[in-house]
Amino acid sequence: MSTKTPADPRPLSPFMLGQYYRFQWTSLLSFAHRITGIGLTIGAFLVVGWLIALAGGPQAYGMISTHVGAWYGQVLLFCWTWALMYHLGNGIRHLFWDVGMGFDLKAAERSGYAVVVASLVLTAAAWAVAYIG
Amino acid sequence: MSVSSKDLRSPLSRARGLGSAKEGVQHFWVQRVSAVALVPLTLWFVFSIARLATGAADYAAVEYWVSAPSVAVTLVLFLIATLYHSMLGVQVVVEDYVSGEGAKLTVLMLSKFVHMIAAAAGIFAVLKVALA
Repeated sequence: MSTKTPADPRPLSPFMLGQYYRFQWTSLLSFAHRITGIGLTIGAFLVVGWLIALAGGPQAYGMISTHVGAWYGQVLLFCWTWALMYHLGNGIRHLFWDVGMGFDLKAAERSGYAVVVASLVLTAAAWAVAYIG
Repeated sequence: MSVSSKDLRSPLSRARGLGSAKEGVQHFWVQRVSAVALVPLTLWFVFSIARLATGAADYAAVEYWVSAPSVAVTLVLFLIATLYHSMLGVQVVVEDYVSGEGAKLTVLMLSKFVHMIAAAAGIFAVLKVALA
Protein backbone atom coordinates (compact mmCIF):
# COMPACT_ATOMS: atom_id res chain seq x y z
CA MET A 1 0.00 0.00 0.00
CA SER A 2 1.29 3.45 -0.91
CA THR A 3 1.94 5.81 1.97
CA LYS A 4 1.53 8.84 -0.32
CA THR A 5 -1.59 10.92 0.07
CA PRO A 6 -3.64 10.80 -3.10
CA ALA A 7 -4.33 14.14 -4.83
CA ASP A 8 -8.01 13.35 -4.77
CA PRO A 9 -8.93 12.13 -1.27
CA ARG A 10 -11.31 9.39 -2.30
CA PRO A 11 -13.44 7.62 0.30
CA LEU A 12 -11.92 4.28 1.24
CA SER A 13 -13.41 1.13 2.67
CA PRO A 14 -14.79 0.69 5.34
CA PHE A 15 -15.89 4.35 5.38
CA MET A 16 -18.05 4.00 2.28
CA LEU A 17 -20.95 2.37 4.07
CA GLY A 18 -24.32 4.04 3.80
CA GLN A 19 -23.32 6.78 1.39
CA TYR A 20 -21.76 4.76 -1.41
CA TYR A 21 -22.62 1.14 -0.85
CA ARG A 22 -26.11 -0.32 -1.09
CA PHE A 23 -27.11 -2.39 1.91
CA GLN A 24 -26.61 -6.11 1.31
CA TRP A 25 -27.39 -9.01 3.61
CA THR A 26 -24.20 -10.80 2.62
CA SER A 27 -21.97 -7.81 3.35
CA LEU A 28 -23.64 -7.35 6.74
CA LEU A 29 -22.68 -10.95 7.54
CA SER A 30 -19.16 -10.26 6.30
CA PHE A 31 -18.77 -7.28 8.66
CA ALA A 32 -20.22 -9.39 11.45
CA HIS A 33 -17.56 -12.04 10.81
CA ARG A 34 -14.77 -9.51 11.21
CA ILE A 35 -16.34 -7.71 14.17
CA THR A 36 -17.04 -10.96 16.03
CA GLY A 37 -13.48 -12.04 15.17
CA ILE A 38 -12.03 -8.95 16.86
CA GLY A 39 -14.35 -9.47 19.83
CA LEU A 40 -13.28 -13.10 20.09
CA THR A 41 -9.62 -12.06 20.15
CA ILE A 42 -10.42 -10.10 23.31
CA GLY A 43 -12.37 -13.16 24.46
CA ALA A 44 -9.34 -15.41 23.93
CA PHE A 45 -7.32 -13.16 26.24
CA LEU A 46 -10.14 -13.35 28.80
CA VAL A 47 -10.04 -17.17 28.67
CA VAL A 48 -6.29 -16.99 29.35
CA GLY A 49 -6.99 -14.61 32.25
CA TRP A 50 -9.57 -17.05 33.61
CA LEU A 51 -7.07 -19.95 33.42
CA ILE A 52 -4.38 -17.85 35.13
CA ALA A 53 -6.85 -17.07 37.91
CA LEU A 54 -7.66 -20.78 38.18
CA ALA A 55 -3.96 -21.58 38.50
CA GLY A 56 -3.68 -18.81 41.10
CA GLY A 57 -5.96 -20.64 43.53
CA PRO A 58 -9.47 -20.30 44.97
CA GLN A 59 -9.08 -16.65 45.98
CA ALA A 60 -7.92 -15.42 42.56
CA TYR A 61 -10.54 -17.59 40.87
CA GLY A 62 -13.24 -16.19 43.14
CA MET A 63 -12.38 -12.64 42.07
CA ILE A 64 -13.12 -13.60 38.45
CA SER A 65 -16.15 -15.82 39.07
CA THR A 66 -17.89 -13.03 41.02
CA HIS A 67 -17.92 -10.96 37.82
CA VAL A 68 -18.81 -13.95 35.65
CA GLY A 69 -21.81 -14.70 37.85
CA ALA A 70 -23.02 -11.07 38.02
CA TRP A 71 -25.76 -9.94 35.59
CA TYR A 72 -23.30 -8.01 33.39
CA GLY A 73 -20.98 -11.01 33.29
CA GLN A 74 -23.83 -13.26 32.18
CA VAL A 75 -24.95 -10.76 29.51
CA LEU A 76 -21.37 -10.51 28.20
CA LEU A 77 -21.05 -14.30 28.28
CA PHE A 78 -24.31 -14.68 26.33
CA CYS A 79 -23.20 -12.22 23.61
CA TRP A 80 -19.81 -13.92 23.61
CA THR A 81 -21.40 -17.35 23.09
CA TRP A 82 -23.37 -16.02 20.13
CA ALA A 83 -20.30 -14.29 18.64
CA LEU A 84 -18.33 -17.53 18.94
CA MET A 85 -21.08 -19.63 17.37
CA TYR A 86 -21.64 -17.12 14.59
CA HIS A 87 -17.92 -16.88 13.76
CA LEU A 88 -17.71 -20.67 13.85
CA GLY A 89 -20.70 -21.15 11.53
CA ASN A 90 -19.71 -18.39 9.15
CA GLY A 91 -16.15 -19.71 9.19
CA ILE A 92 -17.46 -23.06 7.95
CA ARG A 93 -19.36 -21.11 5.25
CA HIS A 94 -16.03 -19.57 4.25
CA LEU A 95 -14.38 -23.01 4.13
CA PHE A 96 -17.04 -24.19 1.66
CA TRP A 97 -16.40 -21.10 -0.48
CA ASP A 98 -12.67 -21.86 -0.35
CA VAL A 99 -13.29 -25.17 -2.09
CA GLY A 100 -15.57 -23.42 -4.60
CA MET A 101 -18.93 -24.51 -3.22
CA GLY A 102 -22.02 -22.29 -2.78
CA PHE A 103 -20.39 -19.24 -4.27
CA ASP A 104 -23.28 -17.90 -6.37
CA LEU A 105 -25.36 -15.06 -4.90
CA LYS A 106 -28.52 -17.02 -4.12
CA ALA A 107 -26.58 -19.80 -2.38
CA ALA A 108 -24.49 -17.27 -0.43
CA GLU A 109 -27.64 -15.52 0.80
CA ARG A 110 -29.27 -18.81 1.79
CA SER A 111 -26.17 -20.14 3.58
CA GLY A 112 -26.03 -16.78 5.39
CA TYR A 113 -29.54 -17.30 6.78
CA ALA A 114 -28.61 -20.86 7.74
CA VAL A 115 -25.53 -19.64 9.63
CA VAL A 116 -27.52 -17.05 11.61
CA VAL A 117 -30.18 -19.61 12.53
CA ALA A 118 -27.52 -22.19 13.46
CA SER A 119 -25.66 -19.65 15.62
CA LEU A 120 -28.87 -18.86 17.54
CA VAL A 121 -29.73 -22.55 17.97
CA LEU A 122 -26.21 -23.42 19.21
CA THR A 123 -26.21 -20.44 21.60
CA ALA A 124 -29.59 -21.48 22.98
CA ALA A 125 -28.35 -25.08 23.29
CA ALA A 126 -25.22 -24.05 25.22
CA TRP A 127 -27.27 -21.91 27.61
CA ALA A 128 -29.86 -24.64 28.02
CA VAL A 129 -27.04 -26.99 29.05
CA ALA A 130 -25.68 -24.36 31.45
CA TYR A 131 -28.99 -23.56 33.13
CA ILE A 132 -30.99 -26.76 32.83
CA GLY A 133 -28.23 -29.38 32.55
CA MET B 1 -1.80 -22.69 -16.43
CA SER B 2 -0.26 -21.10 -19.52
CA VAL B 3 3.06 -19.38 -19.11
CA SER B 4 3.29 -16.00 -20.79
CA SER B 5 6.44 -15.31 -22.77
CA LYS B 6 6.41 -11.86 -21.13
CA ASP B 7 6.73 -13.39 -17.65
CA LEU B 8 10.00 -12.13 -16.20
CA ARG B 9 10.11 -14.65 -13.38
CA SER B 10 12.45 -17.60 -13.59
CA PRO B 11 10.90 -21.08 -13.87
CA LEU B 12 12.12 -21.81 -10.32
CA SER B 13 10.43 -18.70 -8.92
CA ARG B 14 7.23 -19.62 -10.74
CA ALA B 15 7.32 -23.16 -9.38
CA ARG B 16 7.87 -21.94 -5.83
CA GLY B 17 4.94 -19.55 -6.24
CA LEU B 18 5.91 -17.45 -3.26
CA GLY B 19 5.32 -14.01 -4.80
CA SER B 20 6.91 -10.71 -3.84
CA ALA B 21 6.17 -11.09 -0.13
CA LYS B 22 8.02 -14.48 -0.14
CA GLU B 23 5.02 -15.93 1.63
CA GLY B 24 2.79 -17.40 -1.08
CA VAL B 25 -0.41 -18.91 0.28
CA GLN B 26 1.16 -19.71 3.66
CA HIS B 27 -1.03 -17.25 5.64
CA PHE B 28 -4.19 -18.35 3.84
CA TRP B 29 -3.40 -22.00 4.40
CA VAL B 30 -2.50 -21.90 8.10
CA GLN B 31 -5.57 -19.77 8.78
CA ARG B 32 -7.71 -22.52 7.22
CA VAL B 33 -5.88 -25.31 9.06
CA SER B 34 -6.41 -23.57 12.40
CA ALA B 35 -10.05 -22.87 11.44
CA VAL B 36 -10.73 -26.55 10.75
CA ALA B 37 -9.06 -27.55 14.03
CA LEU B 38 -11.13 -24.98 15.90
CA VAL B 39 -14.50 -26.36 14.77
CA PRO B 40 -14.46 -29.39 17.13
CA LEU B 41 -12.24 -27.69 19.74
CA THR B 42 -14.57 -24.67 20.11
CA LEU B 43 -17.73 -26.78 20.35
CA TRP B 44 -16.01 -28.99 22.93
CA PHE B 45 -14.89 -25.97 24.96
CA VAL B 46 -18.26 -24.17 24.94
CA PHE B 47 -20.32 -27.21 25.86
CA SER B 48 -17.81 -28.36 28.50
CA ILE B 49 -17.96 -24.94 30.16
CA ALA B 50 -21.76 -24.98 29.90
CA ARG B 51 -21.84 -28.37 31.65
CA LEU B 52 -19.51 -27.08 34.37
CA ALA B 53 -21.80 -24.07 34.84
CA THR B 54 -24.70 -26.44 35.56
CA GLY B 55 -22.71 -27.59 38.57
CA ALA B 56 -22.20 -23.93 39.64
CA ALA B 57 -18.66 -23.85 38.16
CA ASP B 58 -17.03 -23.46 41.55
CA TYR B 59 -13.27 -23.58 41.93
CA ALA B 60 -13.09 -27.24 42.95
CA ALA B 61 -15.26 -28.41 40.01
CA VAL B 62 -13.25 -26.47 37.42
CA GLU B 63 -9.92 -27.51 38.95
CA TYR B 64 -11.03 -31.15 38.90
CA TRP B 65 -12.10 -30.80 35.26
CA VAL B 66 -8.82 -29.20 34.11
CA SER B 67 -6.68 -31.75 35.98
CA ALA B 68 -7.96 -34.64 33.86
CA PRO B 69 -5.12 -35.38 31.39
CA SER B 70 -7.39 -35.53 28.33
CA VAL B 71 -8.98 -32.20 29.25
CA ALA B 72 -5.63 -30.52 29.94
CA VAL B 73 -4.20 -31.68 26.61
CA THR B 74 -7.32 -30.60 24.70
CA LEU B 75 -7.29 -27.23 26.48
CA VAL B 76 -3.66 -26.68 25.43
CA LEU B 77 -4.59 -27.53 21.83
CA PHE B 78 -7.59 -25.19 22.04
CA LEU B 79 -5.37 -22.36 23.34
CA ILE B 80 -2.75 -22.85 20.63
CA ALA B 81 -5.31 -23.06 17.79
CA THR B 82 -7.36 -20.13 19.12
CA LEU B 83 -4.46 -17.75 19.71
CA TYR B 84 -2.75 -18.71 16.46
CA HIS B 85 -5.98 -18.19 14.50
CA SER B 86 -6.57 -14.92 16.36
CA MET B 87 -3.04 -13.72 15.58
CA LEU B 88 -3.56 -14.41 11.87
CA GLY B 89 -6.95 -12.69 11.91
CA VAL B 90 -5.67 -9.59 13.69
CA GLN B 91 -2.85 -9.42 11.13
CA VAL B 92 -5.36 -9.23 8.26
CA VAL B 93 -7.40 -6.53 10.01
CA VAL B 94 -4.29 -4.47 10.78
CA GLU B 95 -3.01 -4.82 7.22
CA ASP B 96 -6.40 -3.64 5.95
CA TYR B 97 -6.91 -0.62 8.17
CA VAL B 98 -3.52 0.61 9.42
CA SER B 99 -2.01 2.40 6.43
CA GLY B 100 1.21 3.97 7.76
CA GLU B 101 4.09 1.52 7.29
CA GLY B 102 5.68 2.28 10.66
CA ALA B 103 2.43 2.10 12.59
CA LYS B 104 1.44 -1.08 10.76
CA LEU B 105 4.71 -2.89 11.59
CA THR B 106 4.55 -1.72 15.21
CA VAL B 107 0.97 -2.91 15.71
CA LEU B 108 1.67 -6.22 13.94
CA MET B 109 4.71 -6.91 16.08
CA LEU B 110 2.85 -5.93 19.24
CA SER B 111 -0.03 -8.24 18.31
CA LYS B 112 2.35 -11.15 17.75
CA PHE B 113 4.10 -10.56 21.08
CA VAL B 114 0.83 -10.27 23.01
CA HIS B 115 -0.55 -13.45 21.40
CA MET B 116 2.64 -15.40 22.14
CA ILE B 117 2.67 -14.19 25.75
CA ALA B 118 -1.00 -15.13 26.16
CA ALA B 119 -0.36 -18.58 24.68
CA ALA B 120 2.63 -19.22 26.96
CA ALA B 121 0.78 -17.96 30.06
CA GLY B 122 -2.39 -19.89 29.23
CA ILE B 123 -0.56 -23.16 28.58
CA PHE B 124 1.49 -22.72 31.75
CA ALA B 125 -1.70 -22.10 33.78
CA VAL B 126 -3.32 -25.28 32.42
CA LEU B 127 -0.19 -27.35 33.15
CA LYS B 128 0.14 -25.88 36.63
CA VAL B 129 -3.41 -26.94 37.49
CA ALA B 130 -3.13 -30.31 35.73
CA LEU B 131 0.24 -31.25 37.28
CA ALA B 132 -0.43 -29.89 40.76
